[in-house]
Amino acid sequence: MAEASTDDNLVNVQIDGRWMKFPRGTRMIEACRQAEIDVPHYCYHPKLTSPGNCRMCLVEMGMPPRLAPGQEPELDEDGHQPIGWMPRPVIACANTVADGMGIRTQSTLAQECRKGVMEFLLINHPLDCPICDQAGECSLQEFSVEHGNGQSRFLDQKVKKPKNVKVGPRVRLDDERCIMCSRCIRFSREIADDDCLGFTDRGSHTVLTVNPGKELAHNYSLNTVDICPVGALTSEDFRFQMRVWFLKETDSICTSCGRGCNTVIGTREDKVYRQTPRENNEVNSTWMCDRGRLDFHYLTSESRLTDPMIKDGDTHRASDWTEAIRRAGEGLLKYKGDSLAIIASGRMSNEELFMIRRLAEALETKTIDIVPRSGEADQFLVAEDENPNTNGAIEVLKVRKPGSKLANIRRKIEDGTIKAVLVFGENLIKAGFEESLLKKLKFLCSSHILANPTAQLSDVVLPGTAAAEKRGSMINVTGRLQRLNQAAQPPGNAMQDWEILRELNQSVSASDEFEMLEDVFATLSTKVASFRGLTLGKIGAAGIPLIETEETIPLLEKERARVAAGQIVG
Amino acid sequence: MAKPKYIEGKEPHPREHRMIFRNVDRKGWSADIKCYLKDGGYEMAKKALAMEPAEITNEVKASGLRGRGGAGFPTGVKWGFIPPNNTKPVYLICNADESEPGTFKDRYILHQDPHQLIEGMIISCYAVGAKLAYIYIREEFPEAAKIVEEAIREAHENKFLGKNVLGTDFELEIYVHRGAGAYICGEETGLIESLEGKRPYPRIKPPYFPAALGLYMCPTIVNNVESLCHVKHVIEMGGEAYGKLGTPRNTGTRILCVSGDVNRPGYYEVQVGKVTMGEVIDELCGGLKKGRKLKAVIPGGSSSKVLRADEKFTIKQGDEEKEIGLLDIPMDFDTMAACGSMAGSGGVIIMDDSRDMTWVLNNLNEFYAHESCGQCTPCREGSLWMKKITARLVRGGGLPEDVKTLQSVADNIEGKTICAFGEACSWPTQSFLNKFGDEFKKATKRSNVKKPTNPEAEIAAKGLVQK
Amino acid sequence: MEIPAQLEEEIDQRITHYPVSKRSAVLPVLHLLQHHFRYLDQEAIDWTAAKLELEPINVLEVVTFYPGFRQTAPGKYHIRVCRTLSCAMAGAYETMEKICELAEIDRSAVSHHNPIAVSKDGKFSIEFAECLASCGSGPVVMVEDDFHENIDTGAARDLLSKYD
Repeated sequence: MAEASTDDNLVNVQIDGRWMKFPRGTRMIEACRQAEIDVPHYCYHPKLTSPGNCRMCLVEMGMPPRLAPGQEPELDEDGHQPIGWMPRPVIACANTVADGMGIRTQSTLAQECRKGVMEFLLINHPLDCPICDQAGECSLQEFSVEHGNGQSRFLDQKVKKPKNVKVGPRVRLDDERCIMCSRCIRFSREIADDDCLGFTDRGSHTVLTVNPGKELAHNYSLNTVDICPVGALTSEDFRFQMRVWFLKETDSICTSCGRGCNTVIGTREDKVYRQTPRENNEVNSTWMCDRGRLDFHYLTSESRLTDPMIKDGDTHRASDWTEAIRRAGEGLLKYKGDSLAIIASGRMSNEELFMIRRLAEALETKTIDIVPRSGEADQFLVAEDENPNTNGAIEVLKVRKPGSKLANIRRKIEDGTIKAVLVFGENLIKAGFEESLLKKLKFLCSSHILANPTAQLSDVVLPGTAAAEKRGSMINVTGRLQRLNQAAQPPGNAMQDWEILRELNQSVSASDEFEMLEDVFATLSTKVASFRGLTLGKIGAAGIPLIETEETIPLLEKERARVAAGQIVG
Repeated sequence: MAKPKYIEGKEPHPREHRMIFRNVDRKGWSADIKCYLKDGGYEMAKKALAMEPAEITNEVKASGLRGRGGAGFPTGVKWGFIPPNNTKPVYLICNADESEPGTFKDRYILHQDPHQLIEGMIISCYAVGAKLAYIYIREEFPEAAKIVEEAIREAHENKFLGKNVLGTDFELEIYVHRGAGAYICGEETGLIESLEGKRPYPRIKPPYFPAALGLYMCPTIVNNVESLCHVKHVIEMGGEAYGKLGTPRNTGTRILCVSGDVNRPGYYEVQVGKVTMGEVIDELCGGLKKGRKLKAVIPGGSSSKVLRADEKFTIKQGDEEKEIGLLDIPMDFDTMAACGSMAGSGGVIIMDDSRDMTWVLNNLNEFYAHESCGQCTPCREGSLWMKKITARLVRGGGLPEDVKTLQSVADNIEGKTICAFGEACSWPTQSFLNKFGDEFKKATKRSNVKKPTNPEAEIAAKGLVQK
Repeated sequence: MEIPAQLEEEIDQRITHYPVSKRSAVLPVLHLLQHHFRYLDQEAIDWTAAKLELEPINVLEVVTFYPGFRQTAPGKYHIRVCRTLSCAMAGAYETMEKICELAEIDRSAVSHHNPIAVSKDGKFSIEFAECLASCGSGPVVMVEDDFHENIDTGAARDLLSKYD
């Protein structure tokens, strides 16, 4: 007998002629995927329950014959029982493998099933490809190539449904394109806890709907656009903006809160067109919130700083980096030590924070803090901490209690002890510093992405880069070290923040270290215990757990519970 | 029990064996419990409650009773599917959604003899361990809902329902639940979804077999009205004696509902397999209309495959093979299946030579297109597509490729759907094309081929699109 | 939308028939509301959702699925004519035409989304229904909750005269 369930947890399954072992309870479609066979599907999604309604994943299945009591099994040369192939196909998404099962994904029967389903899906489809955003990442297009027909046999009138329906502030719906897979309904009910979508009418006239007076408006609504296999649900923000095949895709992370959801940033010619979530089952599963997702338009804001600015009298003039760095260095040196405060940001990367630390050491300044920023956590992914790298500030910049020194700094500015401030990436006016207070400073140097009142008051303004425009690493609220990658070039003459800090350091201390970002990380890893032995490369696309925290991720907890209950694959 | 007398003009045919329909059209009969008790009613409930539940299931298994809703699945076997170590509540649902075209039997039990059903349900609930049961009555039987609710109230009064049924510690509540006009609610998992207050989308099986994961994800038995009534008689006669009625493996009686081109359409309760198709048409129903010849028969509700009048079938009789004609087929489950159709719900539709088969199929396709719930792709898109094609054939707009397309669409639905509605909507098309293909071909004209149009092109052609 | 106290009592009574889940009471509540108000509008849908602690979309999904629920006002007497095979063979389509002629109902605007046609004087409304399970006595017609058999074109006039 074939080495069967000696390990009670594994079963023998033959897929397209190859015998393999899988854990008991594995869905057929997952077993195929592990065998590197993609079974085409629409409604199945590993994070959602499986209704089995699209019928695209129908495969041919067989089981060994039931033995009569006392009957000995017939075995082939490999020790397997012969497979009795069933004439009726079965769906692969909701059925689990069993010992001795055979699966055929390429047989005539399986192919016929797919052709049939493909044809059915297209007979009432409006075939909007030339004006549909989904083109290029559409499951209908994709499977049509392999399993569709070049010509339609449908000669009658198609079913007409509402087109271009505003179902919510960020999502547009085209009911004619909808294939009624119900992914969006299941997502809203099962993951977002907002039962706002449903099917009305019946049969071929079924229509995806929201109740009059209600909307698809929850903070995770755009995930339905991600998972919609066709162009029925589209993003208000992205529709008609760019064809997806022109987008360069860069793996990165969202920096709108401390969760650090993994993302893919889609750009063309240095302009970000959209962000989509990237799967990371330790951080955000396959989802992200709408607010973080859409938080990139500031990159092309009109108030984007593009050149270093130097204050002459009451106004600023554009300068070059040489002069600006020289001026900044002079000012910082003049007030170094206890007269200088450095206010960094929880939105800076670990490498940048390390450069701040170096600069502070060179300037013998111990008055360092970041601006804390907190909002309201939700039941899903949004963290209370709105800074993406508070843990980085704690670990790398050694700011033990973020924000605790700010009141003191204000007092010392007031009484004249602190005469100069270097601020990176924060508008101090919003952080509780009055304009009159800042005017008391003898020297104010700041780096920002966008113009703001603090820049307005600064003697030297250094234009920096946004998260999507830099490489580096951050530590999220759950203590995970993750990488940012550069998706776009910063505009104008803006410089990478770490390089600005390197220039400043060189200006005040004549040290000439760090040619590349990797060099910064290498040194960082020798100075910060938790980073020992790491490189930017070793962090990997999915990041690594770095420090222990008490933080849990509500959405992941719920997901794990559902996996444990066998409701979803996960 | 007195020998029943029947209303003039509604007497049963001599070849009938009135058991379930004993009280239908009975003179002096009324639906109230007094009448039922006077006639010896509820004695079997008393008998059953003195038995062990497993004993009752064994009797039902021994009787060979097969479901009368259309699938013909052995009732005792179905009851046995409840997981042995079950700790969740068990529910029993009476499927009174009677919607299979051609079928009209449960209607009469509900309207005229509701206590027989209630008694059958008490016995069945006791056997499977259900304390809560629902009778799902289709919306279009409003009178029946009132009558059955009144009967339930009477049963309560007489301690046949409620806590401590007949003084035992068996408790049972039965409620009537009205549907709202959907054929798919006759599918057991669609019914369960409807009862849960959701859209009646049938569930995938596996894993949602009702006996394990039914109503509220608890073990649930769904039985047809007539089947539950048979249970009472099984207990009365004993399973073995019941099994002697009818024919082997096709036991008991069944109610045939005959409609169409016969002189006496109506309901006829016969022993299963003891009456042939020819006897149904000629004896029970008084033959065809004057001057007409038989053309086709749908033997078990519109979802069953149509049979031609001149068809010949090869069936096994013992070790031998025999050739029989349509009229020779005994009205049972197995022979009918061997002849390529099914006994189904007992809805027999007779069509004579005045009927145009394209018109007949189109009528049925419209029914299925309307009733498709829309959950899964093949049925949702395919049922309406088939209707559109046959509608064109009837209108005179048939194209030569329509017949092939129609066949192929039906083939792409059968076996590919979540529930048996896929077969229900594709078998008529498949069988009509198979048996009457020539008529369909004749309905197509090469001259009908023209450029396909759509509403947008038509508007443009009228010059209504602004430049 | 005014729900009379007695109607609400009936509704509350019905809900007790579903001890395991309030959602199961959706159908009977809608039936009671439709019986009283003659059809179900968005207010009725929202009211039912609130009553059963559901989202309005859950109720809308159900109302629009079933032909038994109307979202437009019928006539004083709503007529349903069975159109499925046996009744069609017995002449149901002719019966429909006859009734429309007698009651002055224009069905030319009838479509899938608009299945009910109302007579000029609002006395009758009519729609086709699928198999009403009395195939041996077709054509079969329901007027409100009344069930009528063998309604061929000849019987149409008598049928209508029963309703004033």
